[in-house]
Amino acid sequence: MQRRIVSLWFPRLAAERSLRARPVDAPFALSLFDRNSERIHDLCPRAESFGLQRGMTLVHARSFCPGLLTRAADPDADQRFLRILARWATRYCPWVGLDGRDGLFLDITGSAHLLGGEEPLLGDIRARLARAGLSARLGLAGTPGAAWALSHFCEGIAPPGENLSRIGSLPLSALRLADQTCTSLERLGIATVSDLHNLPRATVARRYDPDVLRRLDQALGAVGEQISPLQDAPGFAARLTLPDPIGLLDDVMAGARRLIGHMCTQLDAAQKGARMLRLTFRRVDQENRSVELRLARPMRDPDRIAALFERGVGAVDAGYGIDMIRLEAVEIEALGMRQLDRAQNREKDSLDDLVTQLGNRLGLENILRFQPVDSHIPERSFTLVPAAGSRPAPAWPSRRPRPLRLFAPEPVIASGAGGHQGMEPPSRFRWRGRFLTTIGAEGPERITPAWWENDDGWRGGLRDYWRVETGEGRRLWLFHTPQAPRAPGWFVQGEFA
Amino acid sequence: MKTCRLHESRFRTRPASVRFDCQKKPVQQTMSLKFSSAFPLKKARAHEVCGDGALAFAAISAGLCEGAVVWVSEHRQPVVNPEGLFAYCDPGRLLVTRADSQLNVLASAETALRSGAAGLVVAELGGAIGLTEGRRLQLAAEAGGTTALLVIPEGAGSNAAETRWRCTGLPPDTGGSSDLPQRQNYPPQNGPDSTRWRWSLIKNKIGTLSEWIVGWDAAAHRIIVVSEAGG
Repeated sequence: MQRRIVSLWFPRLAAERSLRARPVDAPFALSLFDRNSERIHDLCPRAESFGLQRGMTLVHARSFCPGLLTRAADPDADQRFLRILARWATRYCPWVGLDGRDGLFLDITGSAHLLGGEEPLLGDIRARLARAGLSARLGLAGTPGAAWALSHFCEGIAPPGENLSRIGSLPLSALRLADQTCTSLERLGIATVSDLHNLPRATVARRYDPDVLRRLDQALGAVGEQISPLQDAPGFAARLTLPDPIGLLDDVMAGARRLIGHMCTQLDAAQKGARMLRLTFRRVDQENRSVELRLARPMRDPDRIAALFERGVGAVDAGYGIDMIRLEAVEIEALGMRQLDRAQNREKDSLDDLVTQLGNRLGLENILRFQPVDSHIPERSFTLVPAAGSRPAPAWPSRRPRPLRLFAPEPVIASGAGGHQGMEPPSRFRWRGRFLTTIGAEGPERITPAWWENDDGWRGGLRDYWRVETGEGRRLWLFHTPQAPRAPGWFVQGEFA
Repeated sequence: MKTCRLHESRFRTRPASVRFDCQKKPVQQTMSLKFSSAFPLKKARAHEVCGDGALAFAAISAGLCEGAVVWVSEHRQPVVNPEGLFAYCDPGRLLVTRADSQLNVLASAETALRSGAAGLVVAELGGAIGLTEGRRLQLAAEAGGTTALLVIPEGAGSNAAETRWRCTGLPPDTGGSSDLPQRQNYPPQNGPDSTRWRWSLIKNKIGTLSEWIVGWDAAAHRIIVVSEAGG
């Protein structure tokens, strides 16, 4: 079967990636510090129409185009984005390789008919990329070299066997030759690919470096060229097949320990830690039973992982016996070397293990920690975050005295004197079916609602809070709403210890 | 050691039928129990607390223990307000665990106690627990060397607990008339905090029962005994 290669070139990858994240309506360019000055790394067509070009210093560019908007370029992020695009391109064919810093090669041999042929395939790529806000140039030919030449110079499809006729009229730089080589060949009057092809090979080989003929042969298919697909992310899994089925917990755990030890060695070599593990048991009746373990922190300590697995493994029904055990790290995270420490780490490790154990019973999202929030609204001044993956708040900000128990405001029925104008709390009131007598009050502390937040609970306007000590021994946090749209009233929102 | 031996011999000589009804009988107070021997709570044991001020008791116990505090409750929203907790205990030390049933509260508390990673495990229980559950928690506390504190409703609790406390708030000045002048200094400026509780020890496995009126000294971060209420 004839090889068919698509070359995909993103002429403005960096600028379009940045614009995808935050679009702007102005001439736009990315700048990068290079050769002692800020220079244009990439730019949009509108900026190009002002006469700007890549490599120009930013000061120079601004004199051409005063309204130029610039952002700092991030070449590493661009490369990551290109890898994402490469992964996306596997929807067309399984064999996708990177081409330099701004292109892809797709080996679509045998897969073009899935989208109805080569033309529809290119149309589909173009449409999807256009929808994603990326401009792309496409070339399709029998060799990567010819496809590259087409995508960079004239776009289009070279039918099988017509490589030379399609790219023959293109300039020499279409052959991916160094600029210097192109210039010296052009000085001899050799301007196009077909000119070079018509020269006697021996004279070219003698006078120029071997790259010239190699690139020509690669483009025309005389010499093969490999496309290296991207490496898959490393997977961590281990399997143990047994000659006879086992069923006792100790035996199964011994097998599991062996797998865990093996996997931890692999993880250690790759400087990774497992975040979620799955242990699958295949029983002799071909049923599978799996145990999942979510860890509070990436980990690769075999003993601790084995101990955490014990509860789940104990609950597995072994049936007539288990003859295969498979351990797989479903989620992995980077985990570097760590300095050993006598006391601190052990204490922290045991707490992380506890979070894991509790999390496997209740779900890791139910093991939480308090974190302070900078808000004067009492019920918004803290938040709960999952304990897995968060650090304890280093220092809790010291604020005004607040009740130990906070609940939704409950209206009280004032029955005694006072409390009319909200100047002082009622001397007697009824709350939760009990009559309480005020014998001391401190206040008011006025808290105004956060107008920028839409909070139904604060519809009543500002609140005057009082600490009220009752003769019955309860210390309550009452508030009065002088601005309430209906009748102003007294509410209990919390209870001090 | 002495009390331990004493306790064992007493246990042996006591008839089985009256072993568990000590809380119903008013115990004759011959000698008063020292507060410092009952509080802070004995480590690696399960304790219970009930009453209006139970949450404050738990918060103070959390502030006085070392290490992390695991707070297990059945509620979706936390019952304890970290801002209010701040006076007694650093809220950053808390690990709030939300369970969906009392069974899971008990199981999580047992796991946390057995692991020994925390200094104190507070479990808020909505209903009564039996002797089996209480004893399991007690065994887990001993195995992990962690103190357990169960916040229970009035009248619930199990006989396996080491101690049981009833905490109620007290009006600022006991015995005072109700027409006290209202204080208008808010927030209180370094004045003594008027918070007073009556802490009654209503069950004690290794000693007599007693009752104290205590207050919280926020500056020194400790409990002060206002008066030995005695019997």
